[in-house]
Amino acid sequence: MQIDYAKIGLKVGLEIHQQLATAAKLFCNCKPDLFKENPEIVFLRRLRPTQSELGQIDPAAYFEFQKGVRIRYEANRETSCLVEMDEEPPHPLNMEAVETVLMAALMMNAEPVDEVHVMRKTVIDGSNTTGFQRTCVIALNGCIKVGDKAIPIQHASLEEDAARKTGDEDNGKIIRYRIDRLGIPLIEVATAPVIYSPQEAQEVAFAIGKILRDTGRVMRGLGTIRQDLNVSIPNGALVEIKGVQELALISRVVEYEVQRQLNLLRISNELKNKVEPSCLTEEIVDVTHVFKQTKCKVIQKALEKRHCVKAVKLTGFAGFLKCELMPNFRLGTELADRARFWGRVGGIFHTDEMPAYGVTAEEVEALKKAANANEDDAVVFVADTAENTIDALKAAVERAREAISGVPAETRAANADGTTRYMRPRPGAARMYPETDIPPSLITPDLIEKVRLSLPEPAEKKRERLIREYGLNDKLAKQTVDSEYNTLFETLVQESRVPATVVAVFLTETLKALKRDGLPVEQVPEKQLQDLFKAIGTGEVAKEAAAEVFTWLSTHECKSVQDAVAELGLKMLSDAELTMAVDRVIAANKQTIDKLGKNAFGMLMGLVMREVRGKAAPDRVSGLLKERLK
Amino acid sequence: MSAKADSSGYKGEALNVLKKAGCAVGDVIRVTTREKSYEGILIPRSETGDTTHVVIKLKSGYNIGVHITPDTKIEKVGKGAKPTFASPALPEQKPDLPRVVIMSTGGTIASRVDYRTGAVRSALSASDLYGVVPELSDIARVDTQILLSLYSENITPQHWSQIAQATAQHIAEGVNGVVIAHGTDTMAYTAAALSFALQNLPVPVILVGAQRSSDRPSSDAATNLIGAVQAAGRAPFAEVVIAMHETVSDTAIVLNRGTKVRKCHTSRRDTFKSVNATPIGRVNNQEITMLTSDYAKRDPAKKLVLKPAFSDKVALVKFHPGLNPEVISWHVEKGCRGILLEGSGLGHVSKYCFGTIEDAIEKGVVVALASQCIWGRVNMHVYDTGRDLLARGVIPMEDVFPETALVKLMWALGQTSDAEEAKRLLKTNVAGEFSPRTLPETIGNEGGDAANAN
Ligand SMILES: [Zn+2]
Repeated sequence: MQIDYAKIGLKVGLEIHQQLATAAKLFCNCKPDLFKENPEIVFLRRLRPTQSELGQIDPAAYFEFQKGVRIRYEANRETSCLVEMDEEPPHPLNMEAVETVLMAALMMNAEPVDEVHVMRKTVIDGSNTTGFQRTCVIALNGCIKVGDKAIPIQHASLEEDAARKTGDEDNGKIIRYRIDRLGIPLIEVATAPVIYSPQEAQEVAFAIGKILRDTGRVMRGLGTIRQDLNVSIPNGALVEIKGVQELALISRVVEYEVQRQLNLLRISNELKNKVEPSCLTEEIVDVTHVFKQTKCKVIQKALEKRHCVKAVKLTGFAGFLKCELMPNFRLGTELADRARFWGRVGGIFHTDEMPAYGVTAEEVEALKKAANANEDDAVVFVADTAENTIDALKAAVERAREAISGVPAETRAANADGTTRYMRPRPGAARMYPETDIPPSLITPDLIEKVRLSLPEPAEKKRERLIREYGLNDKLAKQTVDSEYNTLFETLVQESRVPATVVAVFLTETLKALKRDGLPVEQVPEKQLQDLFKAIGTGEVAKEAAAEVFTWLSTHECKSVQDAVAELGLKMLSDAELTMAVDRVIAANKQTIDKLGKNAFGMLMGLVMREVRGKAAPDRVSGLLKERLK
Repeated sequence: MSAKADSSGYKGEALNVLKKAGCAVGDVIRVTTREKSYEGILIPRSETGDTTHVVIKLKSGYNIGVHITPDTKIEKVGKGAKPTFASPALPEQKPDLPRVVIMSTGGTIASRVDYRTGAVRSALSASDLYGVVPELSDIARVDTQILLSLYSENITPQHWSQIAQATAQHIAEGVNGVVIAHGTDTMAYTAAALSFALQNLPVPVILVGAQRSSDRPSSDAATNLIGAVQAAGRAPFAEVVIAMHETVSDTAIVLNRGTKVRKCHTSRRDTFKSVNATPIGRVNNQEITMLTSDYAKRDPAKKLVLKPAFSDKVALVKFHPGLNPEVISWHVEKGCRGILLEGSGLGHVSKYCFGTIEDAIEKGVVVALASQCIWGRVNMHVYDTGRDLLARGVIPMEDVFPETALVKLMWALGQTSDAEEAKRLLKTNVAGEFSPRTLPETIGNEGGDAANAN
């Protein structure tokens, strides 16, 4: 679909979050690290929505509370203490984290605030043991240049990362979270909603990401950076999309969201002529009897658990549920997402996709009859506990009603393919109140000066210096400074003593090529790159094998460079082994050598290298080859 | 310049500037300094904050502090809107439910946050409570009374008397149980005091509090309160207990006997532990389970005996290496009638203190001794030092830990002016404070609970 984004009036604002590479968490001295093992500590909690002075309670939170949803938290002793468990008040704000945000803020020309006040932002889904996220604004009113355009930065804030969800139990009545991630410091950078195309959104995100990396004080790798987007189009709605994990996905997420909203508007226009929202009733009927002999596996399984099948009619909706909104995502998917959230079910069925999944045409007929539906109507049905099916179908009906009026304002979560799914209703006015357990921190002129002095070198200066000090050519110097590994380059050269050009080419061209081939380049931690180049420096790994080792490491988490060398058979050949290889090639090409004489060298060199690439340095091969040819 | 703060918390320079601009908390103001300008709602300042910053809430919801210099300009842009809050309608009182009165002495067992200014207000009318903890309407017919509004560290023996009398009055009016909301710091002292003051109870008296303030979604206040009201309305015992979390999980509420319970952790939800005893019961999932058969039974026919007097002429002296024995003489000179020695180990105090102790006892001061070990029983027959102290007339407090022993001494001296009678009371088991047997309880069980909680 070709879309003129300027014409439709797209507006996007970005919120970039990135974990900071501090020694300790934001409000305690735990290691900012995740664990994979079984938890050492487990406890169960409930979060109770607190009333505002106006007596308002967040509806989604209240719903979950009423359903008795509980949270099972998992922890281990290395990554969590009583602070994360909400069993001890937070310690004072980690000033290392404040300085890092201050550094990024100054790089974005923002004005530091005079006194930092930590706030509590109510979050009641269990991702914070306290029921709120602690956050504080460090600087305001910045501005960065992206291309020729000035992008206003509304604020640079410092906040605690949330616990990570690891599953649920008991038909969704218990949600499991791991609190290792809770309390890891995050910087949040928010732009004004002045971005007008998907491409531009991505460019701005890249520019901000680059600034953050250039501080040299943020974490790297998947899961350390998360982007939230605010997307709106006129007549559509302001939709907040949370948790885009990859920068490269941003433009697609925006494109899909625009498509989704445009399609919803089109559907709404058609439906408005046909159906009144009030025609959609919540007359839920039990249709378990229809499926007594069903071949449908999902329903069979539910019935084995003595669950039931319930259905509801959507008047006038026949055909609409299969309308595609985004790739592989139909209006029916929207209904299913809602049903999952409010009804804790695995999914729903609807007649627009029937007969399928083992449900027969006869069953569909019987179902429609039971739901009192005619040709024009759709029927949604679901198999689960009675309570869950009713909640799920009510939510589906509610979503169908919204489809008549247009695009619902809501918070959505990003999927890995760029589509999004329903997450929760948009929260009302930001629920922020002061964190009284933490005293305000001053940002003094002295502190600002100290940070200003430690700001990373401006790109232009650094480029010149790399040319001067490391002998890089102009292009390579520019590429290095622009790359994600800007801060790592000098460390690698100094640690490994590998020629600077070799390091620079690898960090820029080689990695870019690998990334283009779909390699998860960012998953390889810096430490591994350091080890790799140290190994090249000592001759343990040939520089020609660097890409191969790196590729292997990117798909073998927690393995070492030495593991890669062993696994790939890249151990450097001994003199005897190399001599044997050279002699083998000479023997096999006896005739050619006799014919070409000295001119055979180039060809022989190529043949030997093909055999020993990555296991012997070329100069060593050529020396030996010359010697054996004598 | 006076640094005294007004109700907004502002003082000194900041207060002057705000006054001059005619700005009050809640107003929308603009603060302009040489480089920058901010607009937001004026927020109260913590009283411990300095005098040179003004706090505003930005439109984004964030608060920031703006430094005030002679160049700073403050203007009032808009007047603050008063929050209007309509209390939710009182739910129907179900006639078949037990009647429970909730008395508040302070702390915020239920509260609401003003998201505009961040102020926390306590919610203590019955309708407020039902609004915040709606489950209560299915558990009991609740009446509320605000008796005191004190942080628990400000509660004195006079307040214990007051609480005891108010409790007795409610019991006389026929309630099925009394719940007392109390700050947690000195809650165990009050629990011990009420245990001695309210004898032959017909119904339970439950103290309850919160380790996490009730303005946060994760507060333990509601779970504790629900457990307390359940116990007050339906539990089969009639004693003074503390009802708080059993573990760090929001599952079981444990009922610890008022004379045997101690605050053992500065911050955890399960801070209250029974010392030298097991808890007497547990409330879990609406279910009340008694953990011992050794408890006073609920019986509305029983006649309450009220003995609410406490003497505050009592001192606690903790023995430590290097203690100056004149501390004891000083207390005696100041008119002290009872001294609780917190001895070491099985119940010892260094010989160099014997002189002043003997002197005190000769002057009619009641001297008792409990162990600073907290867990275990005092035995003054094993070593010479113990035997010497006994010979001088020091009364061993058995397996009663120092805080309860101190409260008991205050109570005993409140009952009589006769030292011998006070000693007799001190040695009598009044409210389950002495257990005849010391059982192998686990002590200082930290962390293990959390790992086993489910
Ligand atoms: Zn910690």
